[in-house]
Amino acid sequence: MSFGISRIQLEEGTSTREAFGEALAQAGSNPNVVVLDGDVNNSTFTKNFKDEYPDRFFNVGIAESNLVGVAAGLAGCGKLPVVSSFSVFLLCNAYDQIRMSVAFPNQNVKLVGTHAGISIGEDGPSQMTVEDVALACSFPGFTVIVPADGPSASAATHAMLEREGPTFLRCGRPKVPNVYENGDAFHVGKANTVRDGDDVTIVANGIMVAMALDAAEGLSGESISARVVDMHTVKPIDTSALEKAANETKGVVVAEEHMAYGGLGATVAMTLAERGPTRMAFVNIGDTYATSGKPDELLLQFGLTPDAIMDAARRVLKD
Amino acid sequence: MPKARTEDAAELERITRTLRRDIVIATSAAASGHPSTSLSMVEVVSILFFGGVLRYDPKDPHNRERDRFILSKGHGAPGLYAVLAEAGYFPADDLTTLRRLGSPLEGHPNMCRLPGVEASTGSLGQGLSVGIGHALGASIDELDYRVYVMVGDGESEQGQIWEAAMYAGNHSLDNLTLIIDRNGYQQTDSVKNIQSLDPLDKKLEAFGWAVRDIDGHSLDEVRAAFEWAQSITGSPQAIIANTVKGKGVSLLESDPAKWHGKPVPEEDKDRALEEIGA
Ligand SMILES: Cc1ncc(C[n+]2csc(CCOP(=O)(O)OP(=O)(O)O)c2C)c(N)n1
Ligand SMILES: [Mg+2]
Repeated sequence: MSFGISRIQLEEGTSTREAFGEALAQAGSNPNVVVLDGDVNNSTFTKNFKDEYPDRFFNVGIAESNLVGVAAGLAGCGKLPVVSSFSVFLLCNAYDQIRMSVAFPNQNVKLVGTHAGISIGEDGPSQMTVEDVALACSFPGFTVIVPADGPSASAATHAMLEREGPTFLRCGRPKVPNVYENGDAFHVGKANTVRDGDDVTIVANGIMVAMALDAAEGLSGESISARVVDMHTVKPIDTSALEKAANETKGVVVAEEHMAYGGLGATVAMTLAERGPTRMAFVNIGDTYATSGKPDELLLQFGLTPDAIMDAARRVLKD
Repeated sequence: MPKARTEDAAELERITRTLRRDIVIATSAAASGHPSTSLSMVEVVSILFFGGVLRYDPKDPHNRERDRFILSKGHGAPGLYAVLAEAGYFPADDLTTLRRLGSPLEGHPNMCRLPGVEASTGSLGQGLSVGIGHALGASIDELDYRVYVMVGDGESEQGQIWEAAMYAGNHSLDNLTLIIDRNGYQQTDSVKNIQSLDPLDKKLEAFGWAVRDIDGHSLDEVRAAFEWAQSITGSPQAIIANTVKGKGVSLLESDPAKWHGKPVPEEDKDRALEEIGA
């Protein structure tokens, strides 16, 4: 796995949306699983499930509010509904339906948002969500998962179906390099240290994990030893992994494909602030929407690169 | 008050061919985008911009008295950009910057970056409400501009479309015209298979709209429909434009569900341009 230190290649591996779609089709052997779509099943890969279990698949059309409400009703009948659309349409179009019909009554609905972040590329900002992690975390009681690669997206899909309770799983459009050989290491709520180090800790999720590993490699050339923590579960966050990082290294960098507010960075900062002062720096797209462009061009333009993570690590270590 | 442009039949025919060519070339150059979505709307936007309907001035795009055209089905951006270039908002050479980093011709229309774009769209279902806002603005400011909004038939599954339709009907917004690009398909299947809109005309009438059903590829019928719309007082007007998704390119017409959001492959491009005849 390698992005190259400054450029980002998104041509290897599986996309997290595709891994989710494959895992969902496998999970269809559980007759309780029902899948709901808003006319995008060929983009979200819920088409795999549809082809195998057409009787338990519902395309309600381009109507996300209705989509979420129907899923809540199916959960009320004891079914295990998985709702999938582009992350932006699901969370932004149906925010109140998620709040009122899923989160507040604590219904066992699984929401899977694909095409998250800016790495969708050419379709542009109207189809990108830079704010979805913040929105998902804002629902009391929600579990929020941002997998780093195909194997973890697959494991996360199975894991969320096995657990009770409303969950948001965030998937991306492009291929991402594999960080893991398989999903064995994936446990909801438990961060993975994917590289050890004792100078600085990089906490990342989604496609930023692979970039963090590249950054750590680059930093080792400057005799900086960087630990990389895959914080795939933003909520509930793994407090002990964060405390350990703050105690054992001199500072923490948080990298995410999201805007500055309300996502992983904010959650990590809030958690560490309780413990005491920690040097921190943040890599995210800031307070803006993106534009159209190729995925790797956009990641570069909006500061989501191994270089940006290395800069942040140097800032944290400067006294 | 900006003026409408009125071209003769031969020039309108030429314009429709040019727009179709521009749509195919720009999306193929970008290797992504929605040509079939854009091709079904060509006759409607050609009459709007060049058949004596919209009053606009590309040199003064924010003129308060201009008529508004809002493309609610924002993924039809290549069609909107082609007509804006033909109208003179920006050079036609820029069309092939579609979806490139730095270009204001984003994958979906962004009103902050491109003059002539009246609303940022791309999340389906929202343009009609924005159109109502513009229509109300005209009455507050006592201006006599008109507002035209185009939605897709799949897009018409969104609840917000019907919230807006109810409001416009109840409040007799007669400076508002809705065009439904009824090409029969959405992203993954036909509209009929997913969520039939029938009877669309009766539904809109029940919501207080004057409704007309036309062949959306007949320049004469489209022109007559806009003349009819302008003559209606006391209610908003809906033009149901029956169209073909991918119109003019047989490959895209052949399997609309398969070709949604896909450019004409490089090896089929010459044949497509030949069929268009531009
Ligand atoms: C709220 C929302 N949900 C889903 C999508 C994804 N999407 C883009 S185009 C499309 C199909 C649109 O069909 P229609 O309105 O009939 O337009 P056509 O391409 O046929 O002109 C879908 C589902 C979207 N853009 N917005
Ligand atoms: Mg359609």
